[in-house]
Amino acid sequence: MSRGRIWFKALSGSNGAQPDGPASLLVADAELGAEKVSYLAVAPDDQARFPRARGGEVGVEEGWYGARALRRIIEADCDRTKRPILTIVDAKSQAYGLREELIGIHLAAAGLIAAYAEARMAGHPVIALIVGRAVSASFLVLCGQANRVLALDDPQVLVHAMYKDAAARITRRTVEELDALGETIVPMAYDIRSFDKLGGLYRLLHVAAPDAPPSESIEHVKSALVDAIADARRGPRDLSSRLDSQGAQQYRKASLAVRAKMAEQWTAL
Amino acid sequence: MTTATQLPEEVLALSARRSYIELNARARATQLLDPGTFRELLGPFDRIESPWLPMQGIVPQSDDGCVVAKGTIDGKPALAIALEGKFQGGSIGEVCGMKMAAALALARQDCECGISTGAVLSLESGGVRLQEANIGELVIAEIYAELIALRQHVPVIVVVAGMTGCFGGMSLAAGLASYVVMTRQARLSMNGPEVIEQEAGIEELDARDRPLIWNICGGAQRYATGLADMLVEDDAAEIAQAVRTLFKKGRPAILRSDPQELYVERLKQLDPAQPWTAEQIRESWKERAR
Amino acid sequence: MEKLTFDYPASGEKPKRAHVGVVGSGDLEILLEPSVDERAHVTIQTSVTGFADTWKAVLDRFFAGYKEAASFDIRDCGATPGTVAMRLQQAIEVSRS
Repeated sequence: MSRGRIWFKALSGSNGAQPDGPASLLVADAELGAEKVSYLAVAPDDQARFPRARGGEVGVEEGWYGARALRRIIEADCDRTKRPILTIVDAKSQAYGLREELIGIHLAAAGLIAAYAEARMAGHPVIALIVGRAVSASFLVLCGQANRVLALDDPQVLVHAMYKDAAARITRRTVEELDALGETIVPMAYDIRSFDKLGGLYRLLHVAAPDAPPSESIEHVKSALVDAIADARRGPRDLSSRLDSQGAQQYRKASLAVRAKMAEQWTAL
Repeated sequence: MTTATQLPEEVLALSARRSYIELNARARATQLLDPGTFRELLGPFDRIESPWLPMQGIVPQSDDGCVVAKGTIDGKPALAIALEGKFQGGSIGEVCGMKMAAALALARQDCECGISTGAVLSLESGGVRLQEANIGELVIAEIYAELIALRQHVPVIVVVAGMTGCFGGMSLAAGLASYVVMTRQARLSMNGPEVIEQEAGIEELDARDRPLIWNICGGAQRYATGLADMLVEDDAAEIAQAVRTLFKKGRPAILRSDPQELYVERLKQLDPAQPWTAEQIRESWKERAR
Repeated sequence: MEKLTFDYPASGEKPKRAHVGVVGSGDLEILLEPSVDERAHVTIQTSVTGFADTWKAVLDRFFAGYKEAASFDIRDCGATPGTVAMRLQQAIEVSRS
């Protein structure tokens, strides 16, 4: 069972199966910190209809059915307290396939991204918990629009733009050269602690046995999720917490300079 | 019998045609705005460049491959953003991406203050810049957030003309846009053909088969399957006019990224166990009349 | 990446600033600005190392005819001497327009 499924079950108490939806998309309502929350995840399904989306990839079905699930949540809460939406992330990447491109996987991914963003803008605390992989479009789709992103502090947790072997091939470097570059160029590094330095994470969580978490680990993570939800509710409904972070002050100086100078020149025109 | 020596109109038009594809990013942004209104922000002489590329021996471009300009379109305030496809494949790095996100945010703030400011984005991009990897991912997410917020106020128009095409993270930006304009030469696709061949094998896709590539993700196919709103010739004036026409329409009644029930129904009607062709998809998805 | 610098004598005239080119394969970008002093200066960042002599030859020839106190900031991605000469010419034309 994938780490994503393990943590989804451990946190929500459910296996996330939907009567009308792909088995690769997990959705469940649960209670957390004395309020109703919804959990989402994308997971491997070796019976998936699309042959190129069986290994935990974000494909066209995960995109559109995921967007539908989020919009149902937004609608259900339109006159009520906006429940937190928690995505457990362990998704290999986007699906790579001819059929996917023919029917517009770029649009399916955009649909799910828009749904997450609109949930966030409507006031739902959107939280992502990375327990495994969040690479390329699986990061952009499942984590990108979250108010707060948390991750397990574990060597198998990976956030990156592209897997090392493919990145090496495209940039015409060896894997060893990429590793060396990652030591001085923090945004290129592959370990989650380097990603944490960039200011994109709310918290890095150390847990015992991430593949078979004991109950103390589950409680520890739940407590961190509750903190993240409260923190999200205290702040604005945009992504500004990332640039306001300590990490950004240190590693995204150019981003901050661009933002300041752009504002200065814009108003001068 | 006529004594006229005038050439037929079609011939005159052809000779007056100016290629948009051959224009660099700055010239494209200039072309998309009303004549004389182009005012660049964070231009070359500001030298706001990538801090990461020189660390790995790569020569930086003074504008990091992204041109941002304020101007007007049909007399109304507008923002034009153009990516330089020839610099690092138009890939999105920290500065390039932040220029986009910050400009979209400022346009939104103007809209919130009653100064309606639309945006046109000329996207030629291979996706995230691997030399800046994780900052690229973060800034692309910020671009999406700002685009989604801005499109609630005004049309956000994406133009994909070629020859770089629009792939990776920027293809999702096109998916989020209010309207998409493409030429026949352009391609719009999440994963480039080489990447698909690499990941899925040559039986899935032969990246050297150019007609197949354009059949899958070229402008004509995207237009025929409702993934682009206008298909235009490679002509700078025609593309600028297409953008003006779309701005005049105002925000679309339904955003392309929104009707998930519709797409769920379409998915149910398709059988991924069978091989698919571009023609089949065009037939089964014949778009509603525009 | 290699960094090269060159200096040439100039007359007092200061040019208008100009920008041409793209840092694309086989091409280069040039930012032309008035010098802070009375000389012409060239700084080059190039992805192709070991061609200092070729750069000098192209620039010596260019500055034999160009006398303004200009600073050229060049970012090169493997352009041929012919392309470099063309872009230099283009830069001064834009400067004079």
